[in-house]
Amino acid sequence: MIREVDRAGADVIEVVMPFSDPVADGPVMQQAIQRALSAGMNTDSLFSLIRDFRAESETPLVILTYANPVVQKGLGAFYRDAARAGADGVAVADVPLEETEPFCKAARDAGIDPILFVSQTTSDKRLEMIIERAGGFLYLVAALGVTGVRGEVDPATIECIRRIKGISSLPVVPGFGISSSHQVQAYSQAGADGVIVGSAIVKEVGDRVGRPGEMRIAVGEMVRALVADIV
Amino acid sequence: MIESTRFGEYGGCFVPETLMAALEELEEGFRTIVPGPAFQEEMDYYLHEYAGRKTPLTFCRNLSRDLGCRVYLKREDLLHSGAHKLNNALGQALLAKCMGKRRIIAETGAGQHGVATAIAGAALGMNVEVYMGEEDIARQALNVARMRMLGANVLPVRSGSRTLKDAINEALRDWVANVHDTHYLIGSVVGPHPFPTLVRDFQTVIGRETRAQVLEKEGRLPDAIVACVGGGSNAIGMFTPFLGDPTRLFGAEAGGEGPGGRHGATLCRGRPGVLHGTYTYLIQDAFGQILESHSISAGLDYPGVGPEHSYLMDKGRVTYREVTDDEAIDSFLYLSRTEGIIPALESAHAVSLARNIAQDLGKDDILIVNLSGRGDKDVSQVAALAGDCL
Repeated sequence: MIREVDRAGADVIEVVMPFSDPVADGPVMQQAIQRALSAGMNTDSLFSLIRDFRAESETPLVILTYANPVVQKGLGAFYRDAARAGADGVAVADVPLEETEPFCKAARDAGIDPILFVSQTTSDKRLEMIIERAGGFLYLVAALGVTGVRGEVDPATIECIRRIKGISSLPVVPGFGISSSHQVQAYSQAGADGVIVGSAIVKEVGDRVGRPGEMRIAVGEMVRALVADIV
Repeated sequence: MIESTRFGEYGGCFVPETLMAALEELEEGFRTIVPGPAFQEEMDYYLHEYAGRKTPLTFCRNLSRDLGCRVYLKREDLLHSGAHKLNNALGQALLAKCMGKRRIIAETGAGQHGVATAIAGAALGMNVEVYMGEEDIARQALNVARMRMLGANVLPVRSGSRTLKDAINEALRDWVANVHDTHYLIGSVVGPHPFPTLVRDFQTVIGRETRAQVLEKEGRLPDAIVACVGGGSNAIGMFTPFLGDPTRLFGAEAGGEGPGGRHGATLCRGRPGVLHGTYTYLIQDAFGQILESHSISAGLDYPGVGPEHSYLMDKGRVTYREVTDDEAIDSFLYLSRTEGIIPALESAHAVSLARNIAQDLGKDDILIVNLSGRGDKDVSQVAALAGDCL
């Protein structure tokens, strides 16, 4: 599936290391996480998956996960193994500014980017401190709430993209709730450097469990259409 | 940015960035509104006039004779609603109201915290919605009915193990989506900072009263205090005023099926990690996936524990021991028959540990057990399980 997303033209690929209690995720991602954990997914198999992909493609890849799988592996070991496998960045959904320092240090020691989150509820002061510490790109949470297909453009997110663009040269990439051409066009016109689509793609997979051929076709078509909408 | 969020290395605020503004606002309210005279006066009214504080510290003649030391029970079972949970629910609901929030959400396992929150919401005129796992809804029909009668909306949780852990996940998801007008009224000393401190401060009334009462009755401090620990709010509330004293402190965890079996003994058998916003001991696998806990008592059936307990254990200030399901049932019946007081199954864990500790105490030594709740809610469950022994 990673290969399919890559061929369809994604600029960056985000792979989720599942956690049993994903509080930032809506039902589609929760079910996918449950499927992956039941199938035996763990940090070791994640790294070997990334290694296999890296052997055949140079497309940047970031890991999205939660704090505990990283903490249990050990911060140093997790980021080192991620870097060795060929990942370019790591984003940890439940690590805000207050807790980010040891995670950022481990990422930089391993030579990969600490991807940090910002949200429309992030104050200007916090935003500055987050930008100071972030690497790669800023992950802008594009909706109040959890991951999941929404379809509408959030005016607060547009405003937030402009706010960040005014003070930082880091690429800004909104994610959460994005699935339609309309959203992709609106956010990229506002200045976003890309968009992150998760649940919408994972839903195509979830709807076709046990039919891998159909899965690949559906995911490929969706990614190609979204890529074409970025201006 | 919030600072000083830790108990030693434990605690912190591991939540999505979107929630940080709400936690900052809550921390600000906690620091500025709660200590003020207006809030304290309101709180005083609700705790004393409304909820029935202070609760008695009962000298138990029969228990003392039977166990060979001077045994007292702190009677949180006599508080309105039947458990200590109301201390925190009233405090947080009042704070949320002062902060201009219109809606309160809560999680509940057995339903005690849900009922306490529904009561606080009704008393203060606020909308209450309670997340509860589908499994727990089926097991706790009585409390579900109580919450609905009190005007709260009970929202079934169908994700994960469909129990308390998943109800907390769902409440956190709701809060992220509705941070502007909603307060998440968490039920124990768990979750991200400032919750473990906030809930502790609202529960410390238990220990403050106990300390004054025992000094008045005995003229000295107790030798040992026992409380049960799930998330650990009744225990922290009881222990806090005694932390600087020589009194020995004991926490009873859910040993469940006993050695090798399923359990809820997070501190005795777990390992530190991050769950529900805090770094604390957890029941988890080698890769950091959270495992399902088990206890006969729904209030102790949680794979995490308050971060301050992790700190107090590592520091050696509090001793935590396991009490099995069978031992808890035995002590449920023991207290009912010896003293005429039916304890909650959670509190029966504390009674069981107290019976063990009493063996090392002399006849003039003072032992206090925090009786965190009454057992009406558990009567049908125990009757079914202990059928032959009744």
